[in-house]
Amino acid sequence: MTRFAATPLLEVRHLSKRYTVGSAFARGGRHTLQAVDDVSFQVWPGETLGLVGESGCGKSTLARCLVRLHEVSDGQLLFEGRDITHLGTRALRPLRPQLQMVFQDADASLNPRRRIGELIAEPLRVHTAMSAAERRARVEELASLVGLRPDQLQRFPHEFSGGQRQRIGIARALALNPRFIVADEPVSALDVSVQAQVINLLADLQERLGLTYLFIAHDLGVVRQVSTRTAVMYLGSIVEMGPADALFDRPAHPYTAALIAAVPRPEVPALGAPRTTAALQGDPPSPLNPPPGCRFHPHCPAATDLCRKDRPALREFGGARMVACHHPLPI
Amino acid sequence: MPELATPLLQVRDLRVTFQGAEGPLRAVDGVSFDLAAGEILGIVGESGAGKSVTLLSVLGLLGHTGAVVEGSVRFKRRELVGLPPRELQRLRGGDIAMVFQDPMTALTPVYSIGWQIVEQLRAHSGLSKAASKARAIELLAAVGLPNPAVQFERFPHQISGGMRQRAVIAMALSCSPAVLVADEPTSALDVTVQAQILELIHRLRSDFGSAVVLITHDMGVVAGLADRVMVMYAGRVMERGSARALFEAAMHPYTWGLLGSIPPLSGPRPRRLPSIVGMPPAPDAMPSGCVFAPRCAAADARCATRPALPAQGLHAAACVLAPDERAAARARCLQGGLNA
Repeated sequence: MTRFAATPLLEVRHLSKRYTVGSAFARGGRHTLQAVDDVSFQVWPGETLGLVGESGCGKSTLARCLVRLHEVSDGQLLFEGRDITHLGTRALRPLRPQLQMVFQDADASLNPRRRIGELIAEPLRVHTAMSAAERRARVEELASLVGLRPDQLQRFPHEFSGGQRQRIGIARALALNPRFIVADEPVSALDVSVQAQVINLLADLQERLGLTYLFIAHDLGVVRQVSTRTAVMYLGSIVEMGPADALFDRPAHPYTAALIAAVPRPEVPALGAPRTTAALQGDPPSPLNPPPGCRFHPHCPAATDLCRKDRPALREFGGARMVACHHPLPI
Repeated sequence: MPELATPLLQVRDLRVTFQGAEGPLRAVDGVSFDLAAGEILGIVGESGAGKSVTLLSVLGLLGHTGAVVEGSVRFKRRELVGLPPRELQRLRGGDIAMVFQDPMTALTPVYSIGWQIVEQLRAHSGLSKAASKARAIELLAAVGLPNPAVQFERFPHQISGGMRQRAVIAMALSCSPAVLVADEPTSALDVTVQAQILELIHRLRSDFGSAVVLITHDMGVVAGLADRVMVMYAGRVMERGSARALFEAAMHPYTWGLLGSIPPLSGPRPRRLPSIVGMPPAPDAMPSGCVFAPRCAAADARCATRPALPAQGLHAAACVLAPDERAAARARCLQGGLNA
């Protein structure tokens, strides 16, 4: 396994991202929103780190910090051991081809007035000295890689279905032979049968091109399917991380367990068994006003006084796993 | 059982045609179903399957689109197709209530949620102002809003998405409808909040006695909630059956594909997910025989003629496959889906 490579492809050390919201003159005044709160992890070459969490947990903000679309407030970002946290636009430019992003809404990232061929060629025009003929050959190669026909390259984005547009987005991300791809909810907008096609495509590409993914999704089944390791985020922090199979089979954090229990499965429960079970009551707390101690304690069935006062750090737990909980479940 | 008593809602051979730029487009083609009192019927399918159009036409909400609705929709034995808009208006919100995916489409941002429920009550039931307010607070409590008297005064933007959906459900239930139509009621919600709303809908059936038509793309949501399920594809019903029969012994290749492409949450992870090859047909290019045949690994010459959905029987599929052919066909479909 490439997991044992000496240097992680990407290393995140104590990363935080804060926003100031409101204004001194507005009712309620000015507040700090801690979207990402002291997050540390590594991504090893060739693996997929799945990142799962509910809306507002900070997973998309984290993704945008990693590819330097957002400035980080605190902490360090290392790409192949090199600190890229504060590189300027010019210094970042040679790195950009290596670090690409695939978005949820392929629509919003495709200019409706450009043909697909031009859209896929765009990164090549910006970042390489390829001739027009070389670009055309590369675009056709990319199209076939993601399952588009060469004759479709003359068409416009609106002529494609959601799944095909996501393929176009993936082709653009692949154009410059990246090593690392951050995919933020790449299949969430797709119907389930098309979603499976795109998941399979991403897996094939990883195998053929040796890609490393950070794959963000709110759908637990999708994250389990794609991840080598999975990280669970709650209110800006990673609360649990570990090999995907082990984490889903025996979650250690009560939040992970509740999240898994809440997913409606396509099976009819046995007669007499409760048909739907809401493991958690109420809404997740607001990141504007997080509870003291463990962020999850107001919803946690196992919370004690310790949890109300003292915030647990993410620590090693049973070999390859990590959990931020005072009273983890037995694994 | 719906076969014995007269169903609350009886839909027969429903066809909805829109006027496209290049000729008529049929969005719903020959849909029939029954809904018994107190029953939860799940209608499941991917985008463009015609689930929402089916329900909007049943509710008479397609008037402004110029769509032509044919067939029969009987609610409590009364024919709704062709009923004047005023009569339909009286039914909607009263006897038949609706909940949509985005609660903000049902709530106006400029009034408190309590006021909006009171307005609904006064329009349909003629309760006094004070009685309406008391009833509205009761309803907010019934759908699980904490401090209902306080929530009554709040505006939609002041509460979370899950709470808004609860408020909309409270509004829908205000006139004790016989039928509640819920179109993707939890699709915009986080999974832990979704579980709470599903539990709520399940509980409401026993508390309010309403029958529910639940439209969703999520097979898991249907499995957890519905008594009976109808699977739609390209405007037609592919399969119908009790939830148990459908999830344990699906008969239609499309249902196999839908269920197969859901990534499992436990057990071994498949290296590839069996998806369905290709895409649904465009409404202006419907295949002449079975609409699913172009994507079906088990299709053969018989599929050139449109298969009928048997009118009789609780569990039935619009597919030519004989019972003894199904096991082999299913294996072929899932195998074919791996390479999609």
